[in-house]
Amino acid sequence: MTPDLLEDGAARLAAWQRKKAEQAGSSGDRGGAYGRVLKAGEPDFAHGVALYLDEISVSFDGFKALNKLSLTINVGELRCIIGPNGAGKTTMMDCITGKTRPDSGKCFFGSTIDLLRLTETDIAQIGIGRKFQKPTVYEQLSVFDNLELALRADRRVRAALFHRLSGAQLDRIGEVLTLIQLQREAQRQAGLLSHGQKQWLEIGMLLMQDPKLLLLDEPVAGMTDEETERTAELFLSLQGQHSLVVVEHDMKFVDQLTQGRKTVTVLHEGSVLAEGLLAEVQANDKVVEVYLGR
Amino acid sequence: MIPPEATVSPPPGPEGAVTGPLGAASGPAEPVPRRLLAVGIASPRRGVLLSTKGWTGVLAAALVLLVVVPVLNLAVPADSVFHLSDYAVSLLGKVLCYAICALAMDLIWGYTGILSLGHGLFFALGGYAMGMYLMRQIGSDGQYRMPMPDFMVFLNWKAFPWHWSLSDSFAFQLLMALLVPGLLAFVFGFFAFRSRIKGVYFSIITQAMTFAAMLLFFRNETGFGGNNGFTDFKRILGIPIATPQMRVFLCALSAAVLIGLFLMARAIVDSKCGRVLQAIRDAESRVMFTGYDPVAYKLGIWTLSAVMCGVAGALYVPQVGIINPGEMSPAASIEIAVWAAVGGRATLIGPIVGAFFVNGAKSWFTVAFPEFWLFFLGALFIAVTLFLPDGIVGLLRRRKEERVPDPAPPVRNARPRGGRAAQPTVGASRDA
Repeated sequence: MTPDLLEDGAARLAAWQRKKAEQAGSSGDRGGAYGRVLKAGEPDFAHGVALYLDEISVSFDGFKALNKLSLTINVGELRCIIGPNGAGKTTMMDCITGKTRPDSGKCFFGSTIDLLRLTETDIAQIGIGRKFQKPTVYEQLSVFDNLELALRADRRVRAALFHRLSGAQLDRIGEVLTLIQLQREAQRQAGLLSHGQKQWLEIGMLLMQDPKLLLLDEPVAGMTDEETERTAELFLSLQGQHSLVVVEHDMKFVDQLTQGRKTVTVLHEGSVLAEGLLAEVQANDKVVEVYLGR
Repeated sequence: MIPPEATVSPPPGPEGAVTGPLGAASGPAEPVPRRLLAVGIASPRRGVLLSTKGWTGVLAAALVLLVVVPVLNLAVPADSVFHLSDYAVSLLGKVLCYAICALAMDLIWGYTGILSLGHGLFFALGGYAMGMYLMRQIGSDGQYRMPMPDFMVFLNWKAFPWHWSLSDSFAFQLLMALLVPGLLAFVFGFFAFRSRIKGVYFSIITQAMTFAAMLLFFRNETGFGGNNGFTDFKRILGIPIATPQMRVFLCALSAAVLIGLFLMARAIVDSKCGRVLQAIRDAESRVMFTGYDPVAYKLGIWTLSAVMCGVAGALYVPQVGIINPGEMSPAASIEIAVWAAVGGRATLIGPIVGAFFVNGAKSWFTVAFPEFWLFFLGALFIAVTLFLPDGIVGLLRRRKEERVPDPAPPVRNARPRGGRAAQPTVGASRDA
């Protein structure tokens, strides 16, 4: 072969690869085609949708907590959800994580996994992590143990009986400890931490789980301004690799998270009242009415 | 709608997710190399079952119970001051069996936070399984000189009921002593835990279960001797049962089993499984949303705990020579919980201490103040509830921490918290 032929071939190959890279979308170059390989129990994000809620309704003794709520969260998206008290924000998270069974509607994780058929445990295992409104950590265990239990590993009893921490796992715990700035408290009992520290610990536990979708219910409640700011930075660093749904009342925090260009969803009386940029939403008459009273 | 960041390929592997801008934000405050940090921080005590002191204690206990007690009882002449009376040996054997129950209770209550008020039932079932074998061993030496147990002769039964068919096999009945409590606990626990029955509701239904079983066993038709239960045992494996040698042997066997089970319990509690159990106690919903199935963990430890009680019952019956439905009374089950509470929950050694303390006090009170002993016992429980929320062991630990100044753990937040924060996890106080 002559050198110019070789060069020509290399150029063609590079062009082809460039073209392919341009075509690759959010599906990671696989496309939502029929021919793609699906693994059982693995969520399929080929269509770029991480979470899909369709007309979910929940009622408690006649009170409609959720009223035909429809919502779509894209892969890698950070979505803020706001709404007055009783708007159904926590109930929505309960439905997604399997705590509450909706009366009707659909709830899919990726395009194949029907969350309504799974238990809380299964849902956590396929990669949905949840942070509660009230920080929930294992109070009697040390901070280190809290993180260790959340570490992605075999969750069965026998595996837990004979579990040994590997070096990589130890490093990972150290990494998260540094990230949530609790490295000095590693051996301290979690119950002795301050409120803000507990919030951070719970977020750290979520990170240890390495979920694909994080549901965060009022993550900065009880945090100082500085802590809030750091939390916002943390969440912003997670987007893209994880999908995040943040329920929050603190508008300043929401502003920090959305950076003026991300979608905010307003819930009211169990359904979506408005959706759009924070500034648009705040200017919306209906939203103002709901927040300020009629 | 979709922000530009959203058009990234699906979620990546675990690494790299956290090295975002926050690392930079926290950087100036703590300029510590991460690698070093990870190793420096994360070296909790793992892999050793007991401390050197703990092993010394276990060996000393084994030496006393397996060598010193038999020698003092059998070899030392009865008029010597060092002689241990037969009464003391049988009392010791009995309390050792109780201590096994208390240990089982600690696993389920102290560590997993599930208060069972039905452990007396598992104890009694183990005892009945062993009792059936002992009844068959009586042979024709009973009051009626008949080949069947006395109560069957009395009831004019001609043949053994079906559940007695294999009862003259020691191995089979021993297996039953483990299987029956285990199976009952498994089935009961499966439904109770799957239906998410928790807290006081669970305690009440366990109490109801043991009460129902007591009523069932009181009936003559059930085939377990009704009101009187089993007694008048003559021999075990063909060896006479009421000899000093057998008494000492059974006492030593109970001690060996207790020590073995203690070490097993320690291994479980120190494993990750043990930490999951404690996590279930502290925040079950968090455990669930972390991907653990609490039902499996609870069912496992609950069944194990029941089997331990069954073992204790099987050891207990040949030593005391009687088993009747009184062992299934609600009070008997509550007493097991009391031993654990008095000794100190979630410490493993505490409930054993508690079983010895309460039963020792009971024996002493009944001798010293026969009319008032119940009042003394009641006062003891009130005092423990009011002043010793962590039991005897909790009190001793706190004393020790107060005496020895904080052993300066490697890195700790500047906030002083008294001595208590020094306790890393397990023994730390619950109610304070």
